Amino acid sequence: MDILSILYTIVPAALIAATPLLFTALGGLFSERAGIVNIGLEGLMVIGAFSGILATLWFETLGMGAASPWLALLVAMVVGAVFSLFHAVASITLRADQIVSGVALNFLAVGLSVFLVREIFERGQTDYISARIFRINVPFLSDIPVLGPMFFSRIYVTTYIAFILAVIVWYVVFKTPFGLRLRSVGEHPMAADTMGIKVNRMRYIAVMLSGAFGGIGGAVFAITTAGNFAGNTIVGQGFMALAALIFGKWHPFGVMGAALFFGLAQALSISAQQIPALAQIPQVYMLILPYVLTILALAGFVGKAEGPKAIGKPYEKGSR
Amino acid sequence: MKKRFMTLLTSVLAAGTLLAACGEGDNNEGDTTPVGGNNNNDNNNNGEEVTQEETGDFSARMVTDVGGVDDRSFNESAWDGLQEFGADFDVEVDYIQSSDASDYAPNLNRLARDNTSISFAIGFLMEDDIRDVAQRHEDMNFAIVDTVVTDDDGNTLSNLANITFAEHEGSFLVGVVAGLQTESDHVAFIGGVESPLIKKFENGFKAGVLSVNPDAEISIQYAQDFNDASRGQQIADTMYGNGADVIYHAAGGTGNGVFTEAIDRARNGENVWVIGVDQDQHAQGQWDDGNVTLTSMVKRVDQAVYQVSEMTLEGNFPGGEILEFGLEDQGVGIAETTDNVEQESLDAVEDYKQQILDGDIDVPQTDEEFEEFEASL
Repeated sequence: MDILSILYTIVPAALIAATPLLFTALGGLFSERAGIVNIGLEGLMVIGAFSGILATLWFETLGMGAASPWLALLVAMVVGAVFSLFHAVASITLRADQIVSGVALNFLAVGLSVFLVREIFERGQTDYISARIFRINVPFLSDIPVLGPMFFSRIYVTTYIAFILAVIVWYVVFKTPFGLRLRSVGEHPMAADTMGIKVNRMRYIAVMLSGAFGGIGGAVFAITTAGNFAGNTIVGQGFMALAALIFGKWHPFGVMGAALFFGLAQALSISAQQIPALAQIPQVYMLILPYVLTILALAGFVGKAEGPKAIGKPYEKGSR
Repeated sequence: MKKRFMTLLTSVLAAGTLLAACGEGDNNEGDTTPVGGNNNNDNNNNGEEVTQEETGDFSARMVTDVGGVDDRSFNESAWDGLQEFGADFDVEVDYIQSSDASDYAPNLNRLARDNTSISFAIGFLMEDDIRDVAQRHEDMNFAIVDTVVTDDDGNTLSNLANITFAEHEGSFLVGVVAGLQTESDHVAFIGGVESPLIKKFENGFKAGVLSVNPDAEISIQYAQDFNDASRGQQIADTMYGNGADVIYHAAGGTGNGVFTEAIDRARNGENVWVIGVDQDQHAQGQWDDGNVTLTSMVKRVDQAVYQVSEMTLEGNFPGGEILEFGLEDQGVGIAETTDNVEQESLDAVEDYKQQILDGDIDVPQTDEEFEEFEASL
C-alpha cells in the first residue's frame, strides 16, 4: 500500500468516526454556552440511537423504504429534545445540581431504552434495520484526483450534514442576536436579565437544542454503523463528544477540529495493522495512540480551556 | 474560579466512573441489563407444569449471565436445551436471571440451597463465583459453560463439570467454505479480544482455508473489543479494501460493523461475504436485494446442556471432567441456512467433517499447533 491508498482508507474513516461526535458536541455547545453543564450527552445519544432504530423499523413496515432512516433521524431529534427536558426542568427550574441531573439522564436513558427493547422485542436487542443510510460517492467531486478519493468517496451524507452544521452553529452562536443572548446568559445571567433577556427560557431552548443534536448523533451512529440497538450500542461516545467540546474550547470550529482529531487517531490506530509499513509496530501502541495523542494535545498544545463564566450555576432572579 | 475547577473535576470523575462501569460491561458480550432482574421469582413458566413423581426429585436449573435469558446467544440457547430436556424427561427445569455480576454468587447459592440436582452457570463470567459456591456445597452438582474451573492447586473440582466447545473444529469447516468460495484468494479473520479462546477460532479457520486453498492470503486482526461496531466496520473496510472478499468474525457486537460494511459494499456491486459466529447470523446479513452472510459457525450450547443433564439424570454426572463438545456431539458445526453456500463447498465440508471425526485431521488450536499443521500441508 502506498501512502496515497493509506490516506484513501484513513481519511474517510476519520470523517465517519467524527460524525456522531460532532453532532453531539455541537449540541453540548449550545447547552454549555448557555451555562448548563451537560454530562447527559451520553444518555441523549442512547435515547437517540434507540428511537432512531425503532422509528426506522416502524417506517420500514409502513413501506417508506429508503426514506425511513431519514425520517427516523427527525424522530430521534424530537425524542432527544423531549428527553432533555428532564435535565432542563431539574437543573433550570428546580435548580438541581447540573452534574447530578446529567448523570441521572445517562442512567435513565440506558435503563428506559433497554427496558422498552425487552418489552417490544422480548429480548436484549432490536431487529436489524434493512433500510440504511449508505456511503455515497459525490458526483463530479469524487473524480478530483487525490482529494476526491479522500473527501468525496464512500462517505455518508450525514457526515457532510455534520460539517455544514458546524458552520451554521458558528454563524448562529456568533453572528445572530439569538447567539449573543445565548452567550450572555452563559457568561453573566444577571446582566442578561437586566437587559430583558429571559434567562431561563434561553437556557431551556439551549438544553433542548443539545437534546435534539445529541439525539441525531446517537441515531446517526446506530443507523449508519451499528444497524440495530442494544444496551451496548452507545458506550462512551457521549463522553468523547464532551471531551471534544472542552478540547475545542466551546467553539464550533474548535469542536470540529477536536472531533476530526479523535476520528483520525482512531482511524489510524485501527487501520495501522493492515498497512505493511506500520504493521511491525506492536498493536498495543496503536491501541493507546488516540488516548496518548489526546492527553498530549490537552496538556501541551491547546492552552487553557476556559469555559463560559456562569457554567454550572443555576440562575436565581435577584441573587448576587 | 476554584468552583469551576471543582465542577470540571467532578464531571471528569463522574465521566470516568461511568466509563469504567461501561468498560466492565465490554467483556461480557451481552448487554447491560438494569431491568429484568425483578422477575426472578415468576419465571417458572415451564417448571410449574412438570410433575415430579416419575423421576423423583430431579431438577436442572441454570443461572444466566447479565446477557439475560433472551440474549439470542448462549444464554437463550442453554435455556432452549434445558426446556427440551425438561419436556423429554418430565423433570423440573428453571432459570434465574442475573441483572448484575454481583447476582451470580447469590443466584448460584440459591440453586444449591434448593437442592437442585444439577445447576448450570452459563458463561465464563461466573468462573470465580461458581468456584466458591461449588466448594461450599460439595454434595451438590454444578456445571459451567465455556471455561474450565480449577481450585488453588490447579485441579478441577469433583462436583463441577466443565463444558467447553471445539470451536476450532467448527471454524475449520467455515474456513473450508471460505477457502473454496473466495474469488480473490484472500480471506480475513476479525477477533474480539485476543485470548486462548478466540485463538481457537482463528487457528481452526486458517487451517480450514489453507486445506482447500493453499495459496490463499489470510489477514488477521483483533479489535481488542467485543462491543465496538465502528471499529469492526473500519477493520472490515480496510480488509475488503485490501482485496479480501470473505471475513470471518468472532467478535460479538464488534461484528455488527463487519456486516454493515459488507452490506454497504455489496450494494455497490462488490462481491463480499461475512461468516457469522455462535449462531446462524443469516438474518443479520440481509439487505434489500441479497444477503452477505456466507455461513456461520454455530455453537450448540443447548446440545451440551441437554447432554450433561441427561448424563446426570442417569447417574453419570461428569464431575471434575472437562467435556469438549465437538463435531461428533453436534456441539459445533456450520449454520443450517446454506443459501449462499455452493454444493461443492457443502460436499467438501461433509468430507472434511468425516476426516476430522475419523481422526485423519487434527485441527490446530494454538499458534504452535497451527505452525505444525501448516508445515505438514
